[in-house]
Amino acid sequence: MAPKYEKAKAIQKENVVVDGIDISGHWNRMFEQRVITEYTPELIEKIADIPNAESFANCYQCAKCVAVCPVDVVGNYGPRKLYRYAQTGMDLTEAPELWLCTTCANCLRVCPKEVNMVKIMPAAREQAILDGKFVPNELQQAFENTAKSGNPLGQPQRKRDAWIKDAGVEIPIMKDLGRKVDVLWYVGSYPSYHPRGIDAASAAARIFTALGIDFAILGKEEKDDADSQRLAGEKGLFEMMTEYNIETFNKYEWDELVVTGPHELNAFKNVYPKYGFERPVVHYTTFLARHLDKLKPMLKHSVNKKITYHDPCYLGRHNGEYEAPRQLLEAIPGVELVEMGRNRENGYCCGGGGGGMWMDSFTAKHTTMRLSEKRAMEAASTGANVLAVACPFEVSRFADAVKSTGNEHVDVLDILELLDRSMRGDQ
Amino acid sequence: MNIVVAIKHIPSIADDLPVSGKNVDFDSVDFVLNEWDEHSIEQAVLIKEAVGGTVTVVGVDLIGELDNVLHLALAKGADKVVKITADDPAADSHMQAKWLAEAIKGMGANMVFAGVQASNDLDGQIGPMIAAYLDMPYIGGVSSVEANGDSATVNKEFAGGAGAKYSVSMPFVAGVQAAPKPPRYAPVSKVRQMAQTATIETVSPSGDASAGLAFKNMAPPVATGHAEMIEGSSKEVAAKIVELLKSKGLA
Amino acid sequence: MSNDILVITEHMDGKFSDVSFEMVGKARELASALGGQAVAVVIGSGVDANVFASDSTLHIDDAALSGFNPEAYAKIVEALVKEKSPKAVLFGWTVTGMDVAAWLSAKTGAPCAAYAKDIRVDGGGFVVSCQVYGGKLMAEVAPEGDMAVIACLAGSFPVEAGQGSTAATATASPVDAGSLKVKFVEAIKPAGGDVDITAQAKLVSIGRGIGGKENVELAEELAQALGATVSASRPVVDAGWLPRTRQVGKSGLKVKPKLYLMLGISGAPEHLEGMKSAELIIAINTDKKAPIFNVAHYGATADLFEVAEAMLELL
Ligand SMILES: Cc1cc2nc3c(=O)[nH]c(=O)nc-3n(C[C@H](O)[C@H](O)[C@H](O)COP(=O)(O)OP(=O)(O)OC[C@H]3O[C@@H](n4cnc5c(N)ncnc54)[C@H](O)[C@@H]3O)c2cc1C
Ligand code: SF4
Ligand code: SF4
Repeated sequence: MAPKYEKAKAIQKENVVVDGIDISGHWNRMFEQRVITEYTPELIEKIADIPNAESFANCYQCAKCVAVCPVDVVGNYGPRKLYRYAQTGMDLTEAPELWLCTTCANCLRVCPKEVNMVKIMPAAREQAILDGKFVPNELQQAFENTAKSGNPLGQPQRKRDAWIKDAGVEIPIMKDLGRKVDVLWYVGSYPSYHPRGIDAASAAARIFTALGIDFAILGKEEKDDADSQRLAGEKGLFEMMTEYNIETFNKYEWDELVVTGPHELNAFKNVYPKYGFERPVVHYTTFLARHLDKLKPMLKHSVNKKITYHDPCYLGRHNGEYEAPRQLLEAIPGVELVEMGRNRENGYCCGGGGGGMWMDSFTAKHTTMRLSEKRAMEAASTGANVLAVACPFEVSRFADAVKSTGNEHVDVLDILELLDRSMRGDQ
Repeated sequence: MNIVVAIKHIPSIADDLPVSGKNVDFDSVDFVLNEWDEHSIEQAVLIKEAVGGTVTVVGVDLIGELDNVLHLALAKGADKVVKITADDPAADSHMQAKWLAEAIKGMGANMVFAGVQASNDLDGQIGPMIAAYLDMPYIGGVSSVEANGDSATVNKEFAGGAGAKYSVSMPFVAGVQAAPKPPRYAPVSKVRQMAQTATIETVSPSGDASAGLAFKNMAPPVATGHAEMIEGSSKEVAAKIVELLKSKGLA
Repeated sequence: MSNDILVITEHMDGKFSDVSFEMVGKARELASALGGQAVAVVIGSGVDANVFASDSTLHIDDAALSGFNPEAYAKIVEALVKEKSPKAVLFGWTVTGMDVAAWLSAKTGAPCAAYAKDIRVDGGGFVVSCQVYGGKLMAEVAPEGDMAVIACLAGSFPVEAGQGSTAATATASPVDAGSLKVKFVEAIKPAGGDVDITAQAKLVSIGRGIGGKENVELAEELAQALGATVSASRPVVDAGWLPRTRQVGKSGLKVKPKLYLMLGISGAPEHLEGMKSAELIIAINTDKKAPIFNVAHYGATADLFEVAEAMLELL
């Protein structure tokens, strides 16, 4: 990624004489007016004027954010740099940089001025979309698919529960059940349609069943949460899906909503309350960790693997769950858990958040490497032979990344799949 | 410039299509806008933006769900939308083209656009038929249209990147293959706003035409669900593939 | 009323397209079953029309028609139909045939069967098999009435059956070129830059199994021998072995060629998204469990290098 500005040129006078002493030399530019005062604030104000993007203007260029921004590792990025680009002529609503942030929130964690990209980016993107500016094609496709088919993959709504027939256990559907359940399990789009996601969903169904959980799913009535679409700038789409989902959730009686994906957790727990939905929502790792006493004796088969765990940004940083996934992995006999350098609060983003899931080729063009590839290499460097994940976006991303970085020996598995293996043995 | 875009609402082929009797089981399929119609809408809006004018989108409402599509068209820049309420999911291209032609007749169109084809054009596409019914010339496979006065410069695509430039005097009908730019994105908030504020003009079907095809059978092609495996050594495999390609005129 | 079959042939740069021969061959078969004649119709100049195995060939040789003109073709065919009252008019379901077939149908009231893969005579009429809904369904229809317009998918019938040397009869165009509203201005040659894989009829697509940039050449050679273009899965493009314009799939281009020959592609869903509606998919992969075999029409568990080299020797 080429920087949008040129460094201020060293301005050198041929001859400088101060108090009769000739100080001509390369360092004498300190006597020159620095160009910094000539920067215009307009393009910064343009962003900060967008509702929710105000904090963009707070930046005082301390650069703490750059050190933790995952995109900067493969390019030139971070809030500080975006501010600086804007100062030197970049209109963020028209630049490719608008689409590179994954809203991973690592910068927000360290920023003394609370410059909040998790709010700035969706707002600026929404503005760009409304103004008919450039939108990466793949992303546009994901938006259209969600609006038309109820999921970003563009799969038919009628097939949303087609996966359950091969799960090996009975999976009740709310509509047919006609009674209250303890747990409403929101499966999610990728676990419902993507082959690798289906593996995890089927494993979850078997685990819930083995634990004797009274659960049911929405089946054909379930639609995408669209939280990542919101973060990618499609708030209208998110609101449309939200209205539908809240109505559907409220149609049935249940005590707790369990979600397979961290993005859904974020939507239902943190965003839906603004739309009047305030009910208990947990991620499956939190939920299963709660049942660990009962689950542990069922984990009979050893899984003799060295495993490293990737913290999903929307489970960890956004929702504070770091321990439950690790507890689950440690409960599996034979597992040796090793940590990657960047973990927990400082976990490195897989690149799938904030709509990154649907901009893979676009981001590849503007970075030196995909974030998922960077992370896959980190995982491999621990010597682990399994990269464990807890987010449905990640399995496909990392499965691809371990291959493209020559680390095929690292298996990418959802924690659900590992638990299921330990429960049932290698099938 | 007065541009009319004739659209088709068709069964989605994203999923398998169930058959009932000798036709598609229209009750168990999703209807979507024909993908090429998205391009003809885009082409129309691009011309409007270049030289001014109005874009009217008109379609036959087969299952009572065309409103969504028309709202989307408005959000993408159409000025006016019209639906012909037919309530007959099995209406063929001839019928739809006739109804569309009757509806378009009084609109004083300079140009009429239609998608170059649709996956359910069993009896042909509506574009050339509308042209025949309205006695206008037709040109299909169109990849760009530029209006200049009372004629237009139209590029038509042949295979492999080759094509030709035509000058066509108005009024005419064009079958759009691809707009010069990918169809623009309409944010959902805009579409929903249209749904709340816009009015859709409704007309009844007028005129009569029929495909004149007797349906004998409709079924999925015989599929195996698994590739037919070509066995043998690499040399034998190669020979069999070459033979297969030759028999299909592909080598 | 005659039992003749008119075939509207198509040509470009002095060469007839294969579908023209295919249709002439089919028309012969149909005409002989009906006791009529197969008449090849050649419109336009600058082409040798004495190449068909038709019963007769009509050449409307008008210098004003050197470039394809949909309006002129439509009017000429309309006039011919009036004059000859054939039993059927065959068109290619191609960028040129598509401009005229449905128009003729609506103009004359004759039924039209498009996307035709097969035509047979049945009790004095026809039964046409049509591949509709993107190939998801086959419809069998019988056109009613005295004349049928049938638009045939290329590659449906053998080419050889239509090749011959029937001497063409030159006829003047019944249409005054000056009165046309559509005017051919100029031909547009394929632009420079990279080929558009979405516009190719045949693709040889390579995956990570190709191993390295140095091996791409083999695929290029095979493609050349087949008259195809090389496309790829994403890893090949990511590795820089081919430009991004060649990538098929979710984050690449969606293609629908007649032939998609896959060498060393596993068949990830993201790849399938871009090519699953190809008409003929052949996959070569060393892994017999590769998911692509659930989607391909033909497959072989074999080494792509060995197969490609052996194919080159045979082509
Ligand atoms: C968000 C996202 C978007 C994506 N978009 C796309 C996309 O647009 N297009 C795309 O293609 N992928 C895309 N992918 C990547 C996709 O998931 C797969 O990783 C990719 O398609 C695999 O490519 P491949 O089949 O070439 O490689 P592999 O999966 O590695 O398969 C190589 C195959 O070659 C076979 N092989 C090896 N050697 C030989 C030999 N000598 N002879 C014969 N066979 C051999 C192997 O058995 C194997 O099956 C995307 C992934 C993500 C996460
Ligand atoms: S950490 Fe905050 S204040 Fe510091 S440079 Fe980054 S955005 Fe600006
Ligand atoms: S949210 Fe993450 S990706 Fe975006 S700027 Fe901050 S650290 Fe970088």
